[in-house]
Amino acid sequence: MLNPEIREKYEVVIGLEVHCQLLTNSKIFASDTVEFGSMPNTNVSVITLGHPGTLPKLNKKAVEHAIKMGLACGCHITRHSVFARKNYFYPDLPKGYQISQDKTSICLGGTIHIKTKDGVEKSIGLTRIHLEEDAGKSIHLAGEADTLVDFNRAGTALIEIVSEPEIRSSDEAYAYLTEVRKLVRYLEICDGNMEEGSLRCDANISVMPKGSPVFGTKVEVKNMNSINNVKRAIEYEIERQILEVEQGKAIQLETRLFNANNGQTYSMRVKETMNDYRYFPEPDLTPLVISEEWLTSIRQSLPSLPQELFEKFTSKYGIPEYDALVLTDNKEIALYFDALCHYTTNYKSASNWIMGSVKSYLNESGLTVSQFPILPEQLAGLISLVDSNKVSNSVASQKIFPAMLKQPSLSALAIAESQNLMQESDTNSLQTLINEILASHPQKVTEYKKGKKGLLGMFMGEVMKKTGGKADPKLTNELLSKSLNT
Amino acid sequence: MQADRETLRKIAHLARLEFNPDSEKEMLDSVNEILTWVEKLNEIDTTHVEPLTHMSEEVNVMREDIAKPPLPHDRALLNAPKKDADYFRVPKVIE
Repeated sequence: MLNPEIREKYEVVIGLEVHCQLLTNSKIFASDTVEFGSMPNTNVSVITLGHPGTLPKLNKKAVEHAIKMGLACGCHITRHSVFARKNYFYPDLPKGYQISQDKTSICLGGTIHIKTKDGVEKSIGLTRIHLEEDAGKSIHLAGEADTLVDFNRAGTALIEIVSEPEIRSSDEAYAYLTEVRKLVRYLEICDGNMEEGSLRCDANISVMPKGSPVFGTKVEVKNMNSINNVKRAIEYEIERQILEVEQGKAIQLETRLFNANNGQTYSMRVKETMNDYRYFPEPDLTPLVISEEWLTSIRQSLPSLPQELFEKFTSKYGIPEYDALVLTDNKEIALYFDALCHYTTNYKSASNWIMGSVKSYLNESGLTVSQFPILPEQLAGLISLVDSNKVSNSVASQKIFPAMLKQPSLSALAIAESQNLMQESDTNSLQTLINEILASHPQKVTEYKKGKKGLLGMFMGEVMKKTGGKADPKLTNELLSKSLNT
Repeated sequence: MQADRETLRKIAHLARLEFNPDSEKEMLDSVNEILTWVEKLNEIDTTHVEPLTHMSEEVNVMREDIAKPPLPHDRALLNAPKKDADYFRVPKVIE
């Protein structure tokens, strides 16, 4: 563990490169199917395999997805862009180059708003978002003399989101990635699954003495398959680099891999020279021109974004920020809450129901919101039953809600009536019952009147027993107090 | 602009090209001859000229996002110098 005093002397500079596999049916420049988990080398075409004489053709949907992300992040959308060849030799890249974008990325600038777990709010600037093709997958088996290559993934449409080096801690990196993943999921342009590699993150990390005008040498870390592992890798790297610098050693410009088992990073390759990719415009693809009409139609197709819903929930519905944050974490949950609020005005109760009973049911059953049996208007019916004192909160959550899950066609009211769960709130009949109870416990009534006020609870219990728990507790309390104090 | 031996070797390495060290001088002379020839273009002032990236005026040649049947697996692997039932096999990349 690094001495906190030494740690204090350094400032950390982090830039993240996030690759998102776009949710398209076919690849970015070819019509082969995009599918995770197929048999090796079955989703390939002559274009993907880089056969001579084949020509790439751009997938329109991929362009639209990239623009959506750009609009959501407030990027400038480049109206005239060209693709570029990034030249390098690696077996998972059959053409000897990757089609990417260089001088004219489709989205420039923009920001991602983050909030760390300590409540620090910050905007992280984006350098760019560009379109490119994914590479194949190399498999290096122990004891195997060859590397095995599967080209199913090659040519899958990707956007690469490049942040400015404005991230200053592993917590900020964690918040940034969480936000990026939330955005791509809201936009439905990427499933954001880091375990399956549909969202991948490379971290550029450097340290420098506080206040230094120049950044330290950066190290690129790869191979993190969860947001938490990105955080762990960054934490390890910060300590490693500070220790190196403290010992007077120079940080190597290199790429390191993260090992999730021991939480350490190790050197993969030392970068000899930077920028030896010799980018040049891809002659096989025409320039891409985004017209005003096209851009407008994409803008109009944008769904509500988490930040917008957060604003709406806190200002229009007045629910606490914490609730709004939990509800907007998942788009489907957020939209369910929004729909529920069309049928009830008790917004806080709506939020409580979703964050409590609904979410725990979904977690236990493994269902998604779209598979959730109770419609928003029905849940609103249950809320209104509670609000009008017809059923108690506990009866609502423990009896009626589970019954509604089993019989989604029945309303909360119908269930409450058929199962005799309606709260007793008829003043006359309750008063009669209370009179009877008090009459049968003269001794206790006297004790109460002498000052043993705790006996009120005993009387409450009696009323509940007689009504099978259906007496309106507030009303009963009122009537009991009145009767006992006269 | 003149390339030196260092640059020549670097370019050869990046392109994964090998040549006989005896012919290095000849290679270098050739490369420099080409460079000198292309340098002729520097005589033109291109200050206000946009880069010409494509020879055709055509833009936005795109396809709809429709998946089509892939290449049959055995055909896909047909030309591979080395393969097994599932994979292309290449010399080991990482030790």
